Amino acid sequence: MIDSLFSWIDDRVALSRSGRHLLDKIFPDHWSFMIGEIALYSFIVLMLTGVFLTLYFVPSSTPVVYHGVYAPLRGQTVSAAFDSTVNLSFQVRGGLLMRQMHHWAANIFVGAIVVHMLRVFFTGAFRRPREANWMLGTTLLILAIFNGFLGYSLPDDLISGTGIRIAFSIMESIPFVGTYLAYFLFGGSFPGTAIIPRFFILHVLVLPLLIIGLLAGHLGMLVKHKHAQFPGKGARDDNVVGSPLWPTYAAKAGGFFFLTTGVTALLGAIVQINPIWQYGQYYAYKVSYAVQPDWYMGWLDGALRVMPSWELNLPGHMIPTVFFPAVLLPGLTFNLIYAWPFIEAKLSGDTAEHHLLERPRDKPLRTAIGAAVFAFYFVLFGASATDVLANYLSLSLNVVLWAFRILCIVVPIVVFPVTYKICLELRATPGAGQRKRHNLVVRTADGGYTTIAAEEYPGYVKAELEPVALDQVDLVSAMAADADQGTEGVYQIPRDYR
Amino acid sequence: MPEAPGTDGAGNEAGTGGAGHSGHPGASVPTGAPQFQVAAKNPRRVEGAVAVAFLASLLAFAAFGAAFWVAASSWVLGVTLGVALSAFGFALVAWGKYLMPQGPFEEPRPQMATTPAEKQEFVADFATRGKVAVERRGVLVKLMGAAGAVLGVVLAFPLIRSLGPRPNQEQSLYHTKWRKGAKLTSIEGRAVRVDDIEIGGIITVFPPDDLGGAFSQTVLIRVQQTGDIVTEPGRETWGPHGYLAFSKVCTHAGCPVGLYEELTQQLLCPCHQSLFDIGTGAMPVFGPAPRPLPQLPLYVDSKGYLRAQADYDEPIGPGFWYRGGSNGGPQ
Repeated sequence: MIDSLFSWIDDRVALSRSGRHLLDKIFPDHWSFMIGEIALYSFIVLMLTGVFLTLYFVPSSTPVVYHGVYAPLRGQTVSAAFDSTVNLSFQVRGGLLMRQMHHWAANIFVGAIVVHMLRVFFTGAFRRPREANWMLGTTLLILAIFNGFLGYSLPDDLISGTGIRIAFSIMESIPFVGTYLAYFLFGGSFPGTAIIPRFFILHVLVLPLLIIGLLAGHLGMLVKHKHAQFPGKGARDDNVVGSPLWPTYAAKAGGFFFLTTGVTALLGAIVQINPIWQYGQYYAYKVSYAVQPDWYMGWLDGALRVMPSWELNLPGHMIPTVFFPAVLLPGLTFNLIYAWPFIEAKLSGDTAEHHLLERPRDKPLRTAIGAAVFAFYFVLFGASATDVLANYLSLSLNVVLWAFRILCIVVPIVVFPVTYKICLELRATPGAGQRKRHNLVVRTADGGYTTIAAEEYPGYVKAELEPVALDQVDLVSAMAADADQGTEGVYQIPRDYR
Repeated sequence: MPEAPGTDGAGNEAGTGGAGHSGHPGASVPTGAPQFQVAAKNPRRVEGAVAVAFLASLLAFAAFGAAFWVAASSWVLGVTLGVALSAFGFALVAWGKYLMPQGPFEEPRPQMATTPAEKQEFVADFATRGKVAVERRGVLVKLMGAAGAVLGVVLAFPLIRSLGPRPNQEQSLYHTKWRKGAKLTSIEGRAVRVDDIEIGGIITVFPPDDLGGAFSQTVLIRVQQTGDIVTEPGRETWGPHGYLAFSKVCTHAGCPVGLYEELTQQLLCPCHQSLFDIGTGAMPVFGPAPRPLPQLPLYVDSKGYLRAQADYDEPIGPGFWYRGGSNGGPQ
């Protein structure tokens, strides 16, 4: 039955001809290659839970009186968006779980993209031929941040509404076109009634389609280039060493999808996120205290806080203060990220094709620049909590704010040379970062003691094996013959990359 | 200690020697090579662990179904689902990682860069075909280009121009709904009288025709019992009977300036912590706000109602490109 079904399909698409080599496709093994997978899997979780949410969410700012089960809100006039979000949380079976999973998955999605990007940066995986994929990935990060902000805004609660107000001010601040952009997006002045339905269609249709399209390109290029790998026994620029897609990688990656989803479900179950019924409906004249945006907007919020109150007055025109931290800074940031592969190629003069990754320590300058820049944004991220920190540490807001103003300049300046020095030290220390071998103290027959090095960890056996080209072997009979025969020790990635 | 199979390059010799005792014709690596052995030290034990994990996921999936059936609380649904998925995922990963041939395996990787000959051939084909296709059809090409250009321009019209009104059409960038004589009205619609607020009290007020208005929102603060409060020269009559009124929209990023500290007579914006000193006309004394909150000139009518003398004398809220300098009005 299955045979004939497969045969029917195969005769029409020639799967067995074109798909055969896919089974043997090799994926290099390294823990850091799983970070991008987390991003991919949380995007799938976002789509599944998101579809559920669209069945109950009403994207409208029409005022309605809340009559749901949450007593403190009963009788209040709220928007249909807020009303439906509270109702789908409390009155739809599994609704709260789906909503919290969706929100958690969004935070994990952007987080995984950022960490994945750091991995790619610090190991030099963006070098030729992967520059275009680096830029594609950067675009995906921007879209993920935008879509996260849109989704965060949809429930029309007090905190997200304030965020939309700030977004309106930021758009207004753009020279020449700012007010037009803001009025066209909002369908008039803030707040209006257009913004919730418009954000909704952007959030559930336009941006997801863009993300899916670019993601397909991102992964397509990955397949085309084949995954970059760390140098090690047998890994060269002209081969890929690792596990075959079928069945090893499929089992591991498939399992990892369920693990990612499972952790997201546990977070959605027991760690509350965005309890909008506590914040209440957004009204333009109301505001809450000690509120922070979702984490990926933190650096922008922090930049808005630490920016001095400079405003540029031109004849008849003005560049408002928010332009610098909220438009200029992200613009510079992402353009610098886009341009980095080309900047580095220019600086190093290295324009050759690379498929072997580099250890961060072996490129001290790149690593130090990356660490310093990341430290800058990390300080800005911290600055988004100035009010909370001032309360927590019993300091005045003044002190905390000035501390962050100074830190966001000083920390990168300190991080740069320190990172550079650490890289040099690590390179000069053989075996740094590797497992040490134990020393065994042994008593000899005549009562004396000697110290000998313990045997190598069994995992190191792996590093000694030559990679086997799959087209030269019969994996099926090999697997059948040795299914139950273990080696001594457990498979381990060789850490010795030199 | 007995020599473990595959240590010290024993496997390598077998691997490269091509001693073909595998059944696969042409195989150069024997099936007995350590690369084909599973990664687990004790496969039976790992198999047991994987089985336990699958069983746990089976039970937890069933528990999730049962919890859903009886409409259990959200955390029960989430924990059963999370445990089930995690156990299922763990089992699959362990299976793939420990119970499959440990490798390493390899495949060749072609370089991306093409040869100059390949490039040339492609470009030549593309250019020649294109040239032949359009050679004697110059007019058509130009017309097609012109039509396409017009399409590109007009495409932007419905996409952009119908989205919203032009900014200066609504006038809300430069003006609020405050007018001469407008009563200061609370959100409930009650006009504020001169004896309504205690000293140190604060209330948000709107013009009667714009209750809850995002741009008209104004904070009314009673600083003292009697007397006019002069925050700046030229504002001698703006603060009657100890009342001061300021725009509630922060001049930084537009949040409502919602927190008032009576002791220091300062307004704080909770979004980015700008601090305004109301005694000096809401001058920003701390934080990122660049300009003072505009002050609404007030008077008290014969019946004791607080009213606005006029609209704000400058655009309220955060700056924008067409604001035209620090005191810029409508252009």
